[in-house]
Amino acid sequence: MSLIISDLRASIDGTEILKGVNLEIPKGEVHAIMGPNGSGKSTLSKIIAGHEDYEVTSGEILLDGVNILDMEVDERSREGVFLAFQYPMEVPGVSNANFLRAAKAARLEEGQEIDAVAFYKDLYEKMAFLDMKKEFSSRSVNEGFSGGEKKRNEILQMLMLEPKYAILDETDSGLDIDALKVVSKGINVMRTTERGFLLITHYQRLLNYVQPNVVHIMADGQIVKSGDASLALELEEKGYDGNLAG
Amino acid sequence: MDATTQSAIGVDQSKGDFTFPERHKFDAGYGLNSDTVDYISDVKSDPDWVRAFRHHGLKTFESKPMPTHWASEDLNNIDFDKIRYYLSDGQAPKRSWDDVPDDVKETFERLGIPEQERKFLAGVEAQYDSEAAYSNVKEALGKEGVIFVNSTEGLKEHEEIFRPWFGKVIPTGDNKFSALNSACFSGGSFIYVPKGVKVSHPLQAYFRINSENFGQFERTLIIVDEGAEVTYMEGCTAPKFETATLHSAVVELVAMKGAKIQYITVQNWSSNVFNLVTKRGIAHEDAEIRWIDCNIGSRITMKYPGVVLKGERARGEVISIALANDGQHQDTGAKMIHAANNTTSNVVSKSISVGTGRSTYRGQVHIPKHLKGCKNNTECDALLINSNSQTDTYPAITVNGNDHVTQHEASVSQVGEDMLFYLQQRGLSEAEAMSLAVNGFINDLAKEFPMEYSVELKRLIELEMEGSVG
Repeated sequence: MSLIISDLRASIDGTEILKGVNLEIPKGEVHAIMGPNGSGKSTLSKIIAGHEDYEVTSGEILLDGVNILDMEVDERSREGVFLAFQYPMEVPGVSNANFLRAAKAARLEEGQEIDAVAFYKDLYEKMAFLDMKKEFSSRSVNEGFSGGEKKRNEILQMLMLEPKYAILDETDSGLDIDALKVVSKGINVMRTTERGFLLITHYQRLLNYVQPNVVHIMADGQIVKSGDASLALELEEKGYDGNLAG
Repeated sequence: MDATTQSAIGVDQSKGDFTFPERHKFDAGYGLNSDTVDYISDVKSDPDWVRAFRHHGLKTFESKPMPTHWASEDLNNIDFDKIRYYLSDGQAPKRSWDDVPDDVKETFERLGIPEQERKFLAGVEAQYDSEAAYSNVKEALGKEGVIFVNSTEGLKEHEEIFRPWFGKVIPTGDNKFSALNSACFSGGSFIYVPKGVKVSHPLQAYFRINSENFGQFERTLIIVDEGAEVTYMEGCTAPKFETATLHSAVVELVAMKGAKIQYITVQNWSSNVFNLVTKRGIAHEDAEIRWIDCNIGSRITMKYPGVVLKGERARGEVISIALANDGQHQDTGAKMIHAANNTTSNVVSKSISVGTGRSTYRGQVHIPKHLKGCKNNTECDALLINSNSQTDTYPAITVNGNDHVTQHEASVSQVGEDMLFYLQQRGLSEAEAMSLAVNGFINDLAKEFPMEYSVELKRLIELEMEGSVG
């Protein structure tokens, strides 16, 4: 069981951004993608999630054997794709609890209903685990949140929605060390044989807390190098140019 | 749209979209002239002063031009000759649902009215085309002297209370449609709450149009005496006809010294209704009038509830939500006329425009120079869903003199693609995502509605969003 991306090419407004990406993330593994700005990392995450601005010109994305490229964004989500956004959106007037409840309800069979008591118990436990105060659940989604709070909220959503594959787009950017630890804790607790992770990051420091199985380097719309966790350290030392050249 | 959504919508939309065969004993026929007015007066056995009032209304209506120099040109599409101005089965309103004719009773049962009455209402009036079919107030309230009847009964049985205020808050010539209503009004509520009586549960009226090519012209007058309080709620629906339907009501509120009136409207007209309503209240010393208004549906709605702050320390408030879906125009707003010292007004308006829907806010706040210590707060927020939507804001705040505080805020926001992508990425369908965003936008105002109505409101918005995604 894995998320397989093969020969994925995609463009926006006629400009090709992904130029044949190949990637396989088996369940139970954490893969990190690093790479310079503009290399296509964030685009890759949006395309996996189904953003309609991008045109996929070739290739496929198989989620446990199912091709998800023809699915709408919400279908992919319900199929098990989760994207932690680099810049999470604010949704004024909609409380975190109501938002999560709606998202959970969207996953139920027709005629089924959310058990409100069980839902809140689960929510409060997970919030406590992420050091989030209880009143957080009644605040509007991301409205007036600090950067760290927004990222923590993405992790909370991931914990609540229990995806099969989670893609985290620069979730570590702009976090102080305490927030980084909390975010890492959330990822590590979700790291089971039932789930695969793709971490998009600029920095090695997240990888001190979340040990990746594989590190990929992306440049100009392709995966140009893959290796174990040591590749990230090497990258930190030599920079992208050194690595791409070597 | 998936089958679940389809069936859910099917059921819900049929809720208001059904009609029974007409069986009217009295039909004023098509078109409006002085014979029509006499016909209505004859059928209703109007006193002479009412007949004269109607004829004056007709003359005023005929003499006034359509207000298209500022309002929508679409008003010119109303064909006054193709409308019937009075339809009734000639029966007096019943005090028990058992006595209401089966088709009418079934209509209101499908709309949930008797059930709501049992659950949380102090009194109900249910109007079917031109006349009330049912009208009842809980016995205990009747004993305290609370009057809740239709306007016909009000003007006949309670002339001494009714007549001094009737047409005084909104003069016949206020606008073309208040004049039209004055000529052919029928139905609507008359409420009187005696001094010091606080009505704890809401009184409700439901206005139902059943017949095609028809104009409904209810007339409501609510007088709340010194220190008394009441909450009145109205709901409206009509079936979807091929032709245009006209709804043109006049609502007058009088809050005596220290009285409180809360007037709540949730209207869900089908998209061929011209809804042109005049609503105004007079607040005397220390009195408070709140208009809480939710406009969904209709072809065009023009409605600007107002409060004349006549006594010192009077307070006026308009809280409104308007949702303009494809092809609809919600032209709504508020009027606050400060006429005494230390009066306060608050206007909060939220509009949502979807597809080719259009929302217009028109506000008028007037504080004259000779007054002191007046306050106004005006907030209007517009939410646009997709690029075809249009929103216009015309706030006219006239403040003279220095000793006043006014504040005006306006915002326009969008449910943009980025927000939809975010919400959909969490598993919500496009329609669910939009309805969540819209409900969030109006969330703080929806809390002002009683529970039963805010649930209904949320459901209506979900439906509108489902429909708009198609």
